[in-house]
Amino acid sequence: MSDLTLPMVRRRPLDPPDELGELRRQAPVHRLTFADGHLGWLVTGYAAARAVLADPRFSNRPERMHPPIPGRMELARREGFRLPPGMFLRTDPPEHTRYRRLLTGQFTVRRMKALEPRIAEITEEHLDAMEAAGPPADLVEAFALPIPSLVICELLGVPYEDRARFQEDARILFNLETKAEDALAAVGSTMAYLSDLIGRKRDKPDDDLLSGLVEGGELTDEELTGVGFLLLLAGHETTANMLGLGTYALLTNPAQLAALRDDPSIAETAVEELLRYLTIIHLGPVRSAVEDVEIEGVLIRAGETVALSLPAANRDPERFPGGDTLDVTRPATGHLTFGHGIHQCLGQQLARAEMRIAYPALLRRLPGLRLAVTPEEVPMRSDMSIYGVHRLPVTW
Amino acid sequence: MEIKADTTVCIGAGMCALTAPQLFDQSEDEGTVLVLQREVPPELEDTVRRAVTLCPSGAISAT
Repeated sequence: MSDLTLPMVRRRPLDPPDELGELRRQAPVHRLTFADGHLGWLVTGYAAARAVLADPRFSNRPERMHPPIPGRMELARREGFRLPPGMFLRTDPPEHTRYRRLLTGQFTVRRMKALEPRIAEITEEHLDAMEAAGPPADLVEAFALPIPSLVICELLGVPYEDRARFQEDARILFNLETKAEDALAAVGSTMAYLSDLIGRKRDKPDDDLLSGLVEGGELTDEELTGVGFLLLLAGHETTANMLGLGTYALLTNPAQLAALRDDPSIAETAVEELLRYLTIIHLGPVRSAVEDVEIEGVLIRAGETVALSLPAANRDPERFPGGDTLDVTRPATGHLTFGHGIHQCLGQQLARAEMRIAYPALLRRLPGLRLAVTPEEVPMRSDMSIYGVHRLPVTW
Repeated sequence: MEIKADTTVCIGAGMCALTAPQLFDQSEDEGTVLVLQREVPPELEDTVRRAVTLCPSGAISAT
C-alpha cells in the first residue's frame, strides 16, 4: 500500500507543489493512493506522461476512472450516470473519432489566422474601454475573461449577452469543492440553454459553427448540445486563465515582461513558454488502463487509474533544462499543456492566436502596467481545476 | 528524407502545418493533414523531424 496522496499545496503561486518536483527527481512513475482508496499511479516525468497520453490502451471514459482528489469525478462513477452524447472529450475511439472529425476542419491553423483581425479588434476595444475607465482595473474582468469569451461566443454563434449564465455554471463546474448534485445542476442548466439555442439555429441557421454543424445533418440535437457545451466551456475558462495568470507571471518577472514588450516578434515563443511554465491544467488529466501496459519500465495493470501531473512533466529538466525558470525566449514547443495523443486540445490554435495578439497589445498600450496590490495579495485559483488568478488588480 | 502521412489517424491538431508550412497544410473540410511535397529538402530535415515529434496522433512520419 502506498501512503502517497496527490500533493496539492503550492509554496509559491507560479510553481507546482515542491513535492511533485521531488517525486519526479526520484522516478517518473509512482504509486498513488486515490481519494476513494484505489491504488493507482502518478506520472510526473515528461516522457512517461507523453507515453500514457499517446497510448490507445489507456481509456478516457469517466466511469472507468478513480478520482485522485476528494470530490472530483464522484458523479461520473455513480450508478446510472451517463455523460450526455457529444461531450466527446471523455470518450474513446471509435466514438471519439467521429465527433472529433466533424470539428477538426473548424479549428485549422488557416482558419484561426483568418480570425486574427477580429481577435485584434476585440482586444483593442477592451483596451479602449480600460483606458477610458482609467486605473485601477481588475484585469480578469476587463480583459482576460471577456476577450476569449467573446471570441468563442462569436465563433459558436452563442449570443454574448447570455454569457453571465454559463460563466456562473462554469465557475461551479471547475470548482474543486463543488458537490456532485450542484455540478449536475450546472450541467443541466447550460445544457437546457444550449438545447434551446440549437432549436433556434435549426429554425434559422446563421453563419456560425453551431449552425454549420446543424446544417451538416450528421448530429442529433442532443449530440449538438453536448458538443456545444464542451466547446463553450473549454473556450471560456482556459485562455482567460492563461491571459490572467500569464500577465501576473510577467508583472512579477519584470525582465521577462520587458523582453516581450520591447520585441513583439518573440510573441509566439513567449506564448509557448507561458503555456509550459504555467500549465494551468494543474490537476489531471487521468486515464485508466484497459489492458496491462508498461510505461518507463513500470507495469500498469488493466483497470488501474493513472493521474498525470502536467505541471511536473512540463518542468522535467530532461526535456526542458532549467524549466523552473520563466524564459520567454526558450523554444518551449512540445510542452504537454494542450495534452498529447488523440485528445490534444481542439482549440489550441485559437488559444495561441488569442494570446499572441492579446499579450503584446496589452503591453504596448499600457507600458506602465503594474500590480495595484502586492503579489501575495492576488487571489490564486488553487481551488479550481483550471489554475489562474481569481482577480488581478492592476494600475498603469 | 520522405514524408508519409496517414489521414485516418490524423486529429487535425495542425502542429505540422504550423511547424513546417512549406511542406504541410490542412484540408479545408476535414482539417486533416495535406502533404504539399513528399520529398524533404535537406535544409528542412530538422524541421520535419520536429513536426513528427510534435504530431500528437502519430499521423506523420519521415524516413
